[in-house]
Amino acid sequence: MNLKNILTEIEQVDPEVYDRLDTRRNAMQRFATIGKVLATAAVPFAMGSMFKKAYGQTPADVLDVLQFALTLEYLESEFYKQAVSSAAAASASAADRAALTVIRDHENAHVVFLRAAITASGGTPVTFTAANFDFSGGSAAGGTPGAGPFASAFTAYPVLLAVAQTFEDTGVRAYKGQAGRLVNNNDVLTAALQIHAVEARHASKVRLMRRMLTGNLVPAGTTLQPWITLNQSGIDTGNAGANAAIQKSYNGEEVVLQAGVPITNIGGTAIPISAAEASEAFDEPLTKAQILDIVDPFIR
Amino acid sequence: MDPQSAVQKNGKEKSLLQQSVNRRNFLLFTGTAASAALLSTACGKEEDAPFFPSTEVNLGSGDFGVLNYAYALEQLEAAFYIQVMATPYASMPAIEAEFLKDIRDHEVAHREFFKAALGSNAIKALEVDFSSINFTNRASVLGAAKAFEDLGVAAYNGAGKLLTSTDFLLIAGKIVSVEARHAALVRELITPGSFADLASLAPLGANNANALDGALMPKDVLAIAGTYIKTKINANNLPTS
Repeated sequence: MNLKNILTEIEQVDPEVYDRLDTRRNAMQRFATIGKVLATAAVPFAMGSMFKKAYGQTPADVLDVLQFALTLEYLESEFYKQAVSSAAAASASAADRAALTVIRDHENAHVVFLRAAITASGGTPVTFTAANFDFSGGSAAGGTPGAGPFASAFTAYPVLLAVAQTFEDTGVRAYKGQAGRLVNNNDVLTAALQIHAVEARHASKVRLMRRMLTGNLVPAGTTLQPWITLNQSGIDTGNAGANAAIQKSYNGEEVVLQAGVPITNIGGTAIPISAAEASEAFDEPLTKAQILDIVDPFIR
Repeated sequence: MDPQSAVQKNGKEKSLLQQSVNRRNFLLFTGTAASAALLSTACGKEEDAPFFPSTEVNLGSGDFGVLNYAYALEQLEAAFYIQVMATPYASMPAIEAEFLKDIRDHEVAHREFFKAALGSNAIKALEVDFSSINFTNRASVLGAAKAFEDLGVAAYNGAGKLLTSTDFLLIAGKIVSVEARHAALVRELITPGSFADLASLAPLGANNANALDGALMPKDVLAIAGTYIKTKINANNLPTS
């Protein structure tokens, strides 16, 4: 669907759409100019502005996805802000600290980007500060705020990376789960996919950092790779509560049937595809409710 | 692969486009679908027919066209990694062999998935051209792997909006994050710390300031991938928005 089609469709139910925007020609020209002048990434704002001008709102579903994404980006951004300057990171290699800094900067850029997109779409972006988060994971109902199972995240580097991996893999699944709700909004969908891929790159890197780390909390007998094998977290913190919380981010990743097509051994005998590899080849989505349940202990 | 050579490929693209137009005119001229089908069959046996390229593959239109486009790219990636593992570069470290073998298997899984899902709508097997890659040389192989993976990420990101089915969109989403995991890993094997060097991905549509990965439209992706694909691909009927 392109913008012209959208306007044409709107015109059928609302003949005055162009009066609301401007004249038809001006609206078209303005958008064409905006599209040329602005970076691709800025187009969501242009789209948002047009809808806002015409109707005072962007479809509620799209705004809801953006707010949900912003919440998760705040969670990640605040986590890495504290992580980079933590005692745990001080014990890590300079290369690892540099990688964590790159990731922090990306998450912060996502926060800024999503806030601007929401504002341009006529919404009021949610705001979180460090005080809103509990990276010990103790703020679920019945928990002990500040003293949850991940209380050592900023003092023990292996725990820090375990939490980072879980957040990144969860972020990938969260964006994936929302893509369908954006199917009618090309610009927001594309931006969301672009963020989604960056989160996957982060996940891959953090997994590699854990693979190379001595005392990495990877369970004995498990080979941690940049991709997710079956429903394995590849994390054993030694704390049952922490392990259970982490496992929620990996349940459902073991799928080996895609759109009705069995993936295991789909390559025949020449290149045998194991169930583990079949599951690795496809990352799985999580619903918004599942994601909110996962992050609940980390939000005060 | 550098973006410059990709741009230069446009010259080739244009001639391909020209051939397609000529083909369409020719079909219009012949009048009936039946005769077109006959001609198609007849010409399928000929190499280098002047304005009826027998080797051309038409991706088709709509969602199936987009899936065929993904199938084409997965064919390319799978063929590449199959070759990498068939003729591993000298002294390939065990961990690299482990990762590259896994990536090969993921790409084969993707390729075969699309083939199965598309069924009778699937394009044929493409002929690849890896003459520019030195499979005995680690830097050459990993450089090509990086190019394929980064391009694959940008391709799926750009194609998402072309799909109308949310089921297909989800499938694309399930695959693209795995490609991004591959891309980051391969980049780390080449230059530690470069897993998400988005500034370097600007030619593929990435935006470093907003921390957005690449996103490219099919024509731009195919202009780059064309270096490695011998079979002529006609993407003219793909959706453009």
